[in-house]
Amino acid sequence: MSESASKGQDYESSLSAATHQVAEFEKREGFVYKLQHGLHTNPALVPLIVLVLSIVVFGVLLGSKFFSPFALTLILQQVQIVGIVAAAQSLVILTAGIDLSVGAIMVMSSVVMGQFTFRYGIPPGIAVVCGLAVGTGIGAINGLLVTRMKLPPFIVTLGMWQIVLAANFLYSANETIRSQEISEKAPILQFFGSVIQIGSARLTYGIIFMLLLFAVLTYALTQTAWGRHVYAVGDDKEAAELSGMEANKVLVSVYALSGLICAFAGWALIGRIGSVSPTSGQLANIESITAVVIGGISLFGGRGSVLGSLFGALIVGVFTLGLRLLGADAQWTYLLIGVLIIAAVSVDQWIRKVST
Amino acid sequence: MTIEPIVQGRGIVKRYGHVTAINHSDFDLYPGEVLAVIGDNGAGKSSIVKAICGAVQADEGEIKIEGKPVHFTSPLQAREMGIEIVYQQLALSPALSIADNMFAGRELRKPGVMGSVFRQLDKKAMEKFARDKLTELGLMTVQSINQAVETLSGGQRQGVAVARAAAFAKKFIIMDEPTAALGVKESRRVLELIQDVRSKGIPIILISHNMPHVFEVADRVHIHRLGKRHAVVDPAKISMSEAVAIMTGAMEPPPVEEQQLVPKAAA
Ligand SMILES: Nc1ncnc2c1ncn2[C@@H]1O[C@H](COP(=O)(O)OP(=O)(O)O)[C@@H](O)[C@H]1O
Ligand SMILES: [Mg+2]
Repeated sequence: MSESASKGQDYESSLSAATHQVAEFEKREGFVYKLQHGLHTNPALVPLIVLVLSIVVFGVLLGSKFFSPFALTLILQQVQIVGIVAAAQSLVILTAGIDLSVGAIMVMSSVVMGQFTFRYGIPPGIAVVCGLAVGTGIGAINGLLVTRMKLPPFIVTLGMWQIVLAANFLYSANETIRSQEISEKAPILQFFGSVIQIGSARLTYGIIFMLLLFAVLTYALTQTAWGRHVYAVGDDKEAAELSGMEANKVLVSVYALSGLICAFAGWALIGRIGSVSPTSGQLANIESITAVVIGGISLFGGRGSVLGSLFGALIVGVFTLGLRLLGADAQWTYLLIGVLIIAAVSVDQWIRKVST
Repeated sequence: MTIEPIVQGRGIVKRYGHVTAINHSDFDLYPGEVLAVIGDNGAGKSSIVKAICGAVQADEGEIKIEGKPVHFTSPLQAREMGIEIVYQQLALSPALSIADNMFAGRELRKPGVMGSVFRQLDKKAMEKFARDKLTELGLMTVQSINQAVETLSGGQRQGVAVARAAAFAKKFIIMDEPTAALGVKESRRVLELIQDVRSKGIPIILISHNMPHVFEVADRVHIHRLGKRHAVVDPAKISMSEAVAIMTGAMEPPPVEEQQLVPKAAA
């Protein structure tokens, strides 16, 4: 035995010399390899670079028309709703799921806030809490269906999307609550629309909420055990379970939190458009998934950073406003976003190669 | 004198659909021993240890730990009793770091408000512990304890899984083919580690196909065949080729009174 062990050590030492050479060889290829590694550890870097570049390019092309506090804060106002919903979507996608019901939950929650106040005369503060609870509840049901019934998230949330949207139209009788009425009787519903004016920059509470939300989620995902578990469950659920994580609890918490965040988006939506409208926010699903994908979060789960989604949403906002100011047909925006989506996923595949 | 077994399984049955992976099998692990489990592929070795630690639930039969019947519904419950397992598939999260994997599900939080209110992880403490354990075991040299597990070689991954089990086990450790991906040198480290753990009084269940390893460290050898405990033999009284012959059915097992159903010390 000892003989074979010492033979083994000889074998090992020659082996380690061989690996060393490979490592040196790879270092010669320097920059590309380092870049790949850097992106692997900082997945939000690509969307950040794209964001900065696109701001610079539009800034050069359009000058102060684009590169002004007014225009830049206008972009923030335009992306706040999608940004908040994308935060929710990011969490679910990190667990290797998808939430197609985000837009419906958002609208339903805003309708509950409005109707509870105006139909039942419930104090608006309490109506807001009810709306948040409804959103959380729907999210939790998604999570329970995914974990208990073992249904694919795509199917669960596809069904929930239809159910909640239909319930929203039936319950609201397709009735809009007008902005003027809200600002007279229940201004708290428009809370997130309040503006802080600094020079020509216009920051709304909705924007500030969105930024705070991303900060809090980044902290939770990187600094707490819950965050580690979200990544582990998205990466390999079975391994996470066997190594002692409560994967199903993590999943239910993620879907419920997604529902809560979407309900906040519903509240912010009232601030953004002034009224409560059951037909608003129909594109939130696809726009949030777009932001997440451009933000570099892998649809296979377990990889990416939630900040990437914020950058992803901002990139879309910059392209939309920039191209509009250039006088381009709006279709160019969609075309470029399509290109960005495919490019982002290609980069993701390339970065993943580093791990093998 | 009778010694109470740490694990006592009687008539355990586990079915996966139409496949009966464990067919009324018994199982005994005694204090302080290394029990090797050998058997052909598909004999049900992994299934029976998974049933013991709650990773799967047995359909029939009884499992007692230190004399008390247990019905684990998740590996977490076994872990709370101080039972650790190195799975054949390792059960590591590829994207998480070595330190994160070692502390999966039992993370340390910072002292004070940051830990109790803001739930902040004590990354420093976890990294130090993980680094110390890996160095102590001499299992490998890694560039950084913050390396994602997916950047490690198969052998290094196995090292992390073994180190994790050894670091936290209080009652006993199950190792399901822990040296399968290891080089000769690292395998030797794991064998030394097994001796080490035993000398601390913690018993080990070792599943392995490597007969020299089995015969080197095991006190008793549980031979599993067709979902059943076929025989338990004393490695000092039987040769490797005889053990393999019994395991494959080419040879009848020795009569029960010549087997080693309980350790010599307890008999
Ligand atoms: N999760 C599972 N689903 C279905 N069949 C399984 C599963 N796990 C094991 N089996 C089957 O059970 C039998 C025993 O498997 P296993 O316990 O892994 O054996 P061993 O570890 O001895 O190779 C095999 O026939 C295997 O195919
Ligand atoms: Mg096996």
